[in-house]
Amino acid sequence: MKEIYLINARIIDPKNNIDEIGGLIIDSNGAIKASGKKVANGNLPSSVNKIDLKKQVLIPGIVDMRVFVGEPGYEYKENFRTLSNAALSGGVTSVVSMPNTNPVIDNVSMVDFLKRRGRDKSKINIFPAASLTKNTEGKQMTEFGLLKRKGIVAFTDGIKTVQNPEVMSRIMNFASQSESLIMQHAEDNVLSNGGLINDGEISTRLGLKGIPFLAEKIIVERDLSFLEEYFCRYHISQISSKKTVSVIKKAKKEGKIFSTGVSINNLSLNENDIGDFKTFLKLSPPLRTESDRRALVESVNDGTIDVIVSDHKPEDEESKRLTFAQAATGASGVETLLPLALELFHNKSIKLNKLIAALTCNPAKILDINKGTLNKGADADLCIFDINKPWIVNKENIKSKSKNTPIEDRKLQGQVLKTFVKGELVYERN
Amino acid sequence: MAIIKKLKAIKKEQNHLLGIQDLSFSQISEILKQAKTFITLNKSNSKKLDILRGKTQINLFFEPSTRTQSSFELAGKRLGADVMSMNIVNSAIKKGETLIDTAMTLNAMHPDIIVIRHQDSGAPNLLSQKVNCSVINAGDGRREHPTQALLDALTIINRKGKVEGLKIAICGDILHSRVARSNIYLMNMLGAEVNVVAPKTLLPHSIERLGVKVFTDMKKGLDNCDIVMMLRLQNERMQGSFLPSAREYYEFYGLTPDKLKMAKKDALIMHPGPMNRGVEIDTNLADDINRSVIREQVELGVAIRMACLKIFCKGNQ
Repeated sequence: MKEIYLINARIIDPKNNIDEIGGLIIDSNGAIKASGKKVANGNLPSSVNKIDLKKQVLIPGIVDMRVFVGEPGYEYKENFRTLSNAALSGGVTSVVSMPNTNPVIDNVSMVDFLKRRGRDKSKINIFPAASLTKNTEGKQMTEFGLLKRKGIVAFTDGIKTVQNPEVMSRIMNFASQSESLIMQHAEDNVLSNGGLINDGEISTRLGLKGIPFLAEKIIVERDLSFLEEYFCRYHISQISSKKTVSVIKKAKKEGKIFSTGVSINNLSLNENDIGDFKTFLKLSPPLRTESDRRALVESVNDGTIDVIVSDHKPEDEESKRLTFAQAATGASGVETLLPLALELFHNKSIKLNKLIAALTCNPAKILDINKGTLNKGADADLCIFDINKPWIVNKENIKSKSKNTPIEDRKLQGQVLKTFVKGELVYERN
Repeated sequence: MAIIKKLKAIKKEQNHLLGIQDLSFSQISEILKQAKTFITLNKSNSKKLDILRGKTQINLFFEPSTRTQSSFELAGKRLGADVMSMNIVNSAIKKGETLIDTAMTLNAMHPDIIVIRHQDSGAPNLLSQKVNCSVINAGDGRREHPTQALLDALTIINRKGKVEGLKIAICGDILHSRVARSNIYLMNMLGAEVNVVAPKTLLPHSIERLGVKVFTDMKKGLDNCDIVMMLRLQNERMQGSFLPSAREYYEFYGLTPDKLKMAKKDALIMHPGPMNRGVEIDTNLADDINRSVIREQVELGVAIRMACLKIFCKGNQ
């Protein structure tokens, strides 16, 4: 592999507090040799071939902590190849795949299968998560130590929450030994039972059973109480309400160490967008009020929330062409994660470095993986985008196998131009 | 492409009755005016008209219903339509067919009107997007039951001359009630003042945003009311413990002569049926011919449904 010289880019590397015009050199092994303002045309030999990025933005490849693949069991919704194409077109180079497959990723042999499929069929880095409990039943914990040794980076029941407090406390107690990362989807099943959208005026008008914010808050409070007694690496997958934000702020002030994520959907949409029973906006956690949305946005900006995820959950049309109650939950979104996040920068809600950090170095740090930075020696996973390019989301251009985007026809500003994984140009917009 | 556009254009012209929320004041006035003409007809010896002759009406009831289904069936027949009531229990839906597939199958038979009742809120809306005929909502989940609200308004007008300026109390299980929601929208539009009375566990979130005053004390809620609208306690929808017991409910929220005293002397008692006597309403009050208009509601229901079928039926505007 030849060295690649990228020059004249706006380099943003939040981990190293860098936002400057400069370049980046990819060495012959696909790693970053140098980056920053010192990599400029004048400092480079004139003989080498340079790619002029014309002031486009260059950031570390995006790390998406919450993605559903579909393999094994739901290949008709998404497979590794289609996921890879979708992710790369959105500048996402690493994903944590959720274990809610069929069968569930809950044992060592499944991990080998995933790694092999991921390696053979996709160009992105797949970091598989295994389930917290066998078959995500919330009863028997999985083999954290053995699974971690096999390369599992995180443990979560994905779309499910460990309901039983005794099981959860033991999980947290046990997981600390292997320093395993626990990611909880916070939702009390009893309180949310039968619920479809946020409990509020909209649910009253649409006649849909509501999911109260308390269903989320109560699990976060419970787990943070356990964390006091059984310290472990703990991450709340995604939160949706203002009240949960307050709980997290208070806990962080008290010195508790944990991290929190939020779905781009909850940052960019609210319950009003559900309109006339749009099933593509049936999400978990549900879209809540505008005031909740604002609180979440502010929390990303002030660092209360560490990570933005796409919560990419491909669902085939048949699962969505049903009544709201019967329709599947979830939205496709890995390829629009960055452009939709940039909306929050363009409308001056979140500072650009905070936004990029929440998509790159923050998730990498939580996962303890060597990604999300432009450090010398790191894999050259890169995302290059035009920060101002306007475009409109069109279902037909979606690369994911499922087309259930919640933002069809939305006007976005910012588009990915090139994506590199391990120094190889794996995506380029025509 | 041109054909698709044309089809879309045709679809847009379809008239659906999905909820009171979608109706304009003039549409409501038209329905009520039309229904009045059918009241006399329904009392006469010759009840049959040919307004909908040659039209096909399909009743698609996914939930058990006695009065609404028979009311729609009779209404269609009296207008001369061919009426078919689908028996869902024996249909492909029980074999796992989706609502849209059922709709497309029925659509292929060229009905002019589909009357649907479904346990899921929004089901009529979904149906209306997929079929080429008019869709009439006969109750969806806890969202709307427009013809019930319209017949309630007609009953009130029949007795009181108008709805405007009246004080109406809707009492009971507001949380699970589509009748309550449709009535709140309709009575507000017609200029009434609406109180809702229920224990807090049976009140939906932010109900006051729909333009009602909320009372948990029934006596206060009934104070000086012209109309007392009781709702059925929907036991089959109670998934948790909303209430300690039927006895406790009756004590505080059942309509008794004592509580009714708070309302105006000539206040009317209404109930969409079926009633749970001794749970939400005193059995003697329910049968009091001076106060209770419950049977009149059923009677006028046919007239309202005839009016809706006539006005909303495809190609009949």
